[in-house]
Amino acid sequence: MPAVTQTREAVEKLGQSSYKWGFETDIEMDMAPKGLNEDIIRLISSRKEEPEWMLEWRLAAYKTWQAMTEPKWAKVTYPPIDYQDAHYYAAPRKKPGPKSLDEVDPELLRTYEKLGIPLHEQAMLAGVEVPEGERMPVAVDAVFDSVSVATTFRKTLEEAGVIFCPISEAVREHPDLVRRYLGTVVPAGDNFYSALNSAVFTDGSFVYVPKGVRCPMELSTYFRINAKNTGQFERTLIVVEEGASVSYLEGCTAPMRDENQLHAAVVELVAMDDASIKYSTVQNWYPGDENGRGGIYNFVTKRGICRGARSKISWTQVETGSAVTWKYPSCILQGEGSVGEFYSVAVTNNRQQADTGTKMIHLGRNTRSTIIAKTISAGHSDSTYRGLVRVQPKASGARNFTQCDSLLIGDQCGAHTVPYIESRNMNARIEHEATTSKISEDQLFYCRQRGLSEEDAVGLIVNGFCRDVLKELPMEFAVEAQKLLQISLEGSVG
Amino acid sequence: MNAFSNSMSGPLALFANRLNTLAGAERQAAAGALARTGLPDRKFEAWKYTALRALGKQDYAAPPAQVDAGTARALLDGVLQPHPAMATLPRVVFVNGRHAPALSILPDGVDLSFFAHDPRFGLQAAPDRDPLVALNTALAEDGLLLRVPAGVDAGHVLLVSLGVAGVAPLSFHPRHAVVVEKDARLRLVCVQAGQGAYLHNPVMDIRVEDGATLEHVTVQAEAAQAISLGTLYAHVGHQGVYDSFVLGLGGQLVRHEVHARLAATRAVVHVNGAQRLGGQQVGDITSVITHAASDCTSRQTVRNVLDGHARGVFQGKVLVERIAQKTDGYQMNQALLLSPDAEIDAKPELEIYADDVRCSHGATVGALDDDQLFYLRSRGIPEQEARQILIDAFLDEAIALVADATAQTFCRAVLAARFAGKGELS
Amino acid sequence: MSQFLEISGLCAQIDADGQDKQILRGVDLSIPPGEVHVIMGPNGSGKSTLSYVLAGREEYVVTAGSATFHGQDLLAMEPEERAAAGLFLAFQSPIELPGVNNANFLRTAVNAVRRARGQEELDAVAFLKMAREAAKALSMAPDMLKRNVNVGFSGGEKKRNEVLQMTLLQPTFAILDETDSGLDVDALRIVAEGVNRLRAPTFSALVITHHQKLLDYLVPDRIHVMARGRIILSGGPELARQIDQEGYTKFLAEVA
Repeated sequence: MPAVTQTREAVEKLGQSSYKWGFETDIEMDMAPKGLNEDIIRLISSRKEEPEWMLEWRLAAYKTWQAMTEPKWAKVTYPPIDYQDAHYYAAPRKKPGPKSLDEVDPELLRTYEKLGIPLHEQAMLAGVEVPEGERMPVAVDAVFDSVSVATTFRKTLEEAGVIFCPISEAVREHPDLVRRYLGTVVPAGDNFYSALNSAVFTDGSFVYVPKGVRCPMELSTYFRINAKNTGQFERTLIVVEEGASVSYLEGCTAPMRDENQLHAAVVELVAMDDASIKYSTVQNWYPGDENGRGGIYNFVTKRGICRGARSKISWTQVETGSAVTWKYPSCILQGEGSVGEFYSVAVTNNRQQADTGTKMIHLGRNTRSTIIAKTISAGHSDSTYRGLVRVQPKASGARNFTQCDSLLIGDQCGAHTVPYIESRNMNARIEHEATTSKISEDQLFYCRQRGLSEEDAVGLIVNGFCRDVLKELPMEFAVEAQKLLQISLEGSVG
Repeated sequence: MNAFSNSMSGPLALFANRLNTLAGAERQAAAGALARTGLPDRKFEAWKYTALRALGKQDYAAPPAQVDAGTARALLDGVLQPHPAMATLPRVVFVNGRHAPALSILPDGVDLSFFAHDPRFGLQAAPDRDPLVALNTALAEDGLLLRVPAGVDAGHVLLVSLGVAGVAPLSFHPRHAVVVEKDARLRLVCVQAGQGAYLHNPVMDIRVEDGATLEHVTVQAEAAQAISLGTLYAHVGHQGVYDSFVLGLGGQLVRHEVHARLAATRAVVHVNGAQRLGGQQVGDITSVITHAASDCTSRQTVRNVLDGHARGVFQGKVLVERIAQKTDGYQMNQALLLSPDAEIDAKPELEIYADDVRCSHGATVGALDDDQLFYLRSRGIPEQEARQILIDAFLDEAIALVADATAQTFCRAVLAARFAGKGELS
Repeated sequence: MSQFLEISGLCAQIDADGQDKQILRGVDLSIPPGEVHVIMGPNGSGKSTLSYVLAGREEYVVTAGSATFHGQDLLAMEPEERAAAGLFLAFQSPIELPGVNNANFLRTAVNAVRRARGQEELDAVAFLKMAREAAKALSMAPDMLKRNVNVGFSGGEKKRNEVLQMTLLQPTFAILDETDSGLDVDALRIVAEGVNRLRAPTFSALVITHHQKLLDYLVPDRIHVMARGRIILSGGPELARQIDQEGYTKFLAEVA
């Protein structure tokens, strides 16, 4: 069963809400008035019953943000955002509203029906092979608009010593841990959106894996924007101690709306000696309609630091949603022999724009990084890979390999590759390759001669093109991602 | 107050002593544009890796009216000396940006004139897009205007720029234009050398018409204290070929910026280069190759060897417009770091709007290969020599792309003369 | 009864460097059910073009003539509709699909065709069982189902993979384009055996070759000689031997 299905069912079982994929869910909301000012930040902080230091941290971030301007260097265009015209806090009231299928948009139901494919069969054919003993249950934290609504499997995790809870709860229950790490990887003033997030973040997940513990299950967070005119500013902090490891999945959806909605998350990862963090994302925020109306603005700062020797951080993302994506999951490779990985598939169709990539900052000796980025553009969309590989003077023996491939479907889209390669160490080795092409007529014809429709043939070839990335995803996500790719490209051929 | 005096507080203040002597709407507009943008700093994406701070620290005087003839002659002989065949080729020599008839051997069969007599700025280099073009436009005094008539094979022409300066910096801003008419052919070799402290800020406007071929080799061997910031625009017509190569060796700060436009079908552009830098040098090869028509081909191979505290910059954009179907674009940038303090910054870039294309780029950065070095030494070659062999081989793969045999030999000879017996420049 | 495959006056051209290039100049050919026909002819005579036109490659523009298959207008159909109708083209050089798992590709194709034919789709387990058996019968290495379609396959493996697809898709009419692989005897035998295994009163094949060699493994019913975009001569199996001994020149001269 796809992870999102599992997530939904897990949440429903808890009886927390009428959580359906169906899109807008009619729940009574506790909502702050529109606008952003110190009072709103105080309100958020008090609703969250936060300690004083947290409020001060937010207010400082707010001051920083006020002095900043939106970054303009990405290859995306969108009308100016009125930051005062959004709600910065929205939470479901305790009592859930009535449950009704009528509320569900049939178009989206259809979409998710397509996702509800028999998993094991697909997995077998897709060549995703997971040894029997490797299958792990998934613990879920679901974030509904601004609030974490349910975290599952907490008891099992507690027994292993793993903390997995909403970050708002962590601020209250584990203040020392949060205070020690929050903002150390992505400082509040890192960029415009991280400053905004630091001021107004309302929820997100906190994970702490103590020394030597291999997290007994996959952890998953499921984000959903539901309420109208709500920004979503979740904050995720994952700290993995010496010799410990965790695999974390993140799924995102949002209802179809005419207006654009802002999503500005911050994710921070910290890996100590020999620790390993695998962070997988399937981003399927509403991309807007074929005329570019509506859709999510996804301005996200994700960064991990490999603090310890031989630590490893691996980002895998499949980006099919959002009207505008601005996102560069990065690794600071500080510990000697630490490893950073970035595997990405970004698909844009219709009027979508994506400017995404990574930064690999090599600070320590013998650090290694791998970047595999696959970009697919269709319709009138534009997709850009933007990545930085920087080797600092002390990073002797550093290695990087980068492969960026772009596929264009149709002659009204654009695919762009903008790598930045900076080396200040003669004993580092960097290799970068990039290609841009279209699906070959030979391949299409071959598939069609074997009976596949043109659309299915494109889907099959695109999935093949993305294979190197998809195989990095945990199995549940891999199958879901394959289907998403196909759905995202519907209507792009013929 | 006119635009000129308004802009005096901006970057042009550095060149204040000359503004009164120049006039004209184009110059005023350029001065105005420069005043608005200022000299580019790192906030300009196109100047992310090359700061022009050094430029802003001092005033630049106009070149003196008279230059010691012996000094200029010695510089000229010195720079051509590595390959004797160069000394007899037709040449147009500029000293401090002004035509020096006594040093020139004017070519036959081409139409030749000078910017000083016929100041035309051309259409490609736009001051409002590029601050260095604006600076040139505001201050240009002289330059070569060369036209190869249709169907003529003009053979070789050398364009030599010599800077003759002392400790106090001066600047010159030549404005060159080269037109190779339909089915004509030219082998242009630009040589830049000099002594003392100067700013060389040339702008060259090139038009390669249908079926024409321009082979263009530039050897930069500027004075150690020189700042050389050249901008070149090339427009290539149907089945035209612009085949260029730059060898970057000299100067404190050198930037070679090429904008090549494949304007009609089946045009071919090569923008190749090699840099060998050491000490505190900064060398920047920047290019924008625009495919504006279908069935065109572009190739780019750039190799950098960086020693001492040198910093190499490569920025190469390949832009494929929507109309440019069946584009074949390839770009490769490689860097060899010879010292712990050397640095390379590379930004190869693909911006593609047409779907039926084959475009790729690659980049590598690394040190000399230990296995290769060991292999050579195990055959009895001393380490220093073995290193030199590998460095030469690395650069030679780019130099080998120069089709013009005379220019190719010249490039190799200049390199050898400069680095003979030295494994590395310290 | 209407013929199985009827081609009449078929003309086709391709855009070559902006110019229309006429390749087929009026092909007439009819193949009854249950027969294996062979087209021979010198290079550039239009043999491979004919196979592409019949399978529906869009670069080839049909300018005149007709082709019907089971009485249906073949030329009006999309390539996948032709496949569903029972037409299979074994490619001269099978196309590589990087990253596309062979088993997944085969199952997608088989189920697409089954769906179009109103048959029930196969679930993964049933399909894999069937595919493994078919692969085994072709002496294919077991891991070929797991590898990417034709990527890194040897020439023989590619041919086996084509025959495997042919076996699983159960066509009623197979076109085997073997123009350039004449010298690889093993590959030819694989293809010939694949066809022989499918031989039935309801199955026909059109084999394109310029080598007699293939016919040692495959007993044809009719031989056609193609030149300059036309079938210039047809006859029994003896015609192939005659060509092999005397070359095309004589035949070309006769019809010129």
